[in-house]
Amino acid sequence: MLAYAILYLAFLYLPVLFLPLFSFNDSVFIAFPLSGFTTQWYEQMLSDDAMLHALGNSLEVGMATALLSTVLGLLTAKALTQFRVPGGAALLAFTSLPLFIPDIVLGISLLILLNIANLPLSLLSVIAGHTLICVPFAITVLLSRLEGFDKSLEEASRDLGEDAWMSFWRVTFPLALPGIVSSLLLTFIVSFDEFLIAYFLAGTEATLPIYIWSQLRFPYKLPAVLALGAAILVASTLLVVFAEWLRSRGLENRKQFMVGA
Amino acid sequence: MTSAQAGMTAKFARFYRRSEGARGFALTSPTMLVMLAALAAPMVLLALYSFWSQNGYALDTRFSLAQYQVGLGRAGYRALFLRSLEISSLVTVITVLLAYPMAYFVAFRVEKSKFVWLILLTIPFWTSYLLRVFAWKVILGYNGVINSGLMSLGLIHQPLAFLLYNPTSVVVTLAHAWAPFAILPIYVSLEKIDRSLLEAAADLGDGTLRRFFRITLPLSLPGVIAAAVVIFVPTTGDYVTPSLVGGSDGMMIANVIEVQFDKVGNWPLGAALAMASMAAVGVVTLLFVSALRAAAGKIR
Repeated sequence: MLAYAILYLAFLYLPVLFLPLFSFNDSVFIAFPLSGFTTQWYEQMLSDDAMLHALGNSLEVGMATALLSTVLGLLTAKALTQFRVPGGAALLAFTSLPLFIPDIVLGISLLILLNIANLPLSLLSVIAGHTLICVPFAITVLLSRLEGFDKSLEEASRDLGEDAWMSFWRVTFPLALPGIVSSLLLTFIVSFDEFLIAYFLAGTEATLPIYIWSQLRFPYKLPAVLALGAAILVASTLLVVFAEWLRSRGLENRKQFMVGA
Repeated sequence: MTSAQAGMTAKFARFYRRSEGARGFALTSPTMLVMLAALAAPMVLLALYSFWSQNGYALDTRFSLAQYQVGLGRAGYRALFLRSLEISSLVTVITVLLAYPMAYFVAFRVEKSKFVWLILLTIPFWTSYLLRVFAWKVILGYNGVINSGLMSLGLIHQPLAFLLYNPTSVVVTLAHAWAPFAILPIYVSLEKIDRSLLEAAADLGDGTLRRFFRITLPLSLPGVIAAAVVIFVPTTGDYVTPSLVGGSDGMMIANVIEVQFDKVGNWPLGAALAMASMAAVGVVTLLFVSALRAAAGKIR
């Protein structure tokens, strides 16, 4: 069993690890044998203005998407855990529909909507599309965080004279915080990585995946793209490990606030 | 405000405070509005578009089934539909079969460091999808990693041309890219299994294999079904993988849908192709899930 697990990990990792390997290889051709160590592809990548512009766009879109979808996810997760909402299961199914529709269909249908409404394509339309696919992720993360909280905590706060808003702010929000942070990180990464919907909706702007896509056609630009890929690999690994660490720490803390704990 | 109006308002306020449903709906209404505007409305428009036609630059909004006749009638499109479904079915089966033992290992054999294993298994998934797919092009290409590696080892003298640009390379790439989506749901359903059921089966004389097929597999079926659906639906509509590693033999339906919205500019035809592929995916998914449920029922 352990042997299988190790083989499986090799299958998962080997293809991905070729990116950093060849990003340090001193040759335009991505082939064996390796011809020496260089950091020139990283220098080339960092001096590429179009790449930096696309990176800026992706950061902007990613942060706006993360914020929007986490707020929307929090509202729904709170509504479904705090109140007995008739048809709650149907509402939840409706919000998770984007997971079950191919991205290309979501992309073209939003394109049609914007076209009919006479709205221009811009980073704003990309943010709308990304928020749509990120809301299901946000709801899932936040539901699992809010489920099973002792409702009497918030009731106690109301009895002690806080209004609904302050009760939320001083009781629910701190309890949900680890979930909120991991939802923000998760939705940011999903948006940052998303290509197809952005490809349809970005108009003349480019996000990082759109930029990468445009570079894949030029063989001489590939090593710099590999360098970029290696950099993304390291950055997102750090982000994911941090998010998971936060979530597991949150789960341990949460036990004190669970019903009957 | 008249006193009658004030009375109504007060009544409504009382109803609102008392009704959990109303407060729940109010709280979730912003999310629902966004989902209606960004999901439901575009889907309705997509369906409408598929019944219209393109007349040069103008849009003919009279109801017509012409797009479906073209989309389903032309042999080229039919072949692409079939190939897309074939490729994604194969990807689903392979990914789930490969992932099951891995998920089983983490759920039943790993004691303390489950968390580390789960992170290890998901990290490759968080690297750019585009670049993960592209990595396979680099590996399988004519001057790629495998060919240049084998040549520099002296094992072959000509690069192998059959590695890239065919349905097989699309299947391999997708099976790699979607692996975490199979592992996680299967792991969760295995982890939930009450261990005492397994002990009971063993005490009653079931061997390891029999116990697996009678207890573990049926109880993990929800995870298997979730994994299969979550992989099958998006891979049928995948655009990046067939574009990068499929070549002309590995093209899928998303490639022709994209073309209709890009260069040729026949949006109604593209909309009809999209509607038809969603319908096809829906039907196959339902058949697949009910077949799997029936098969699981027979085991017991």
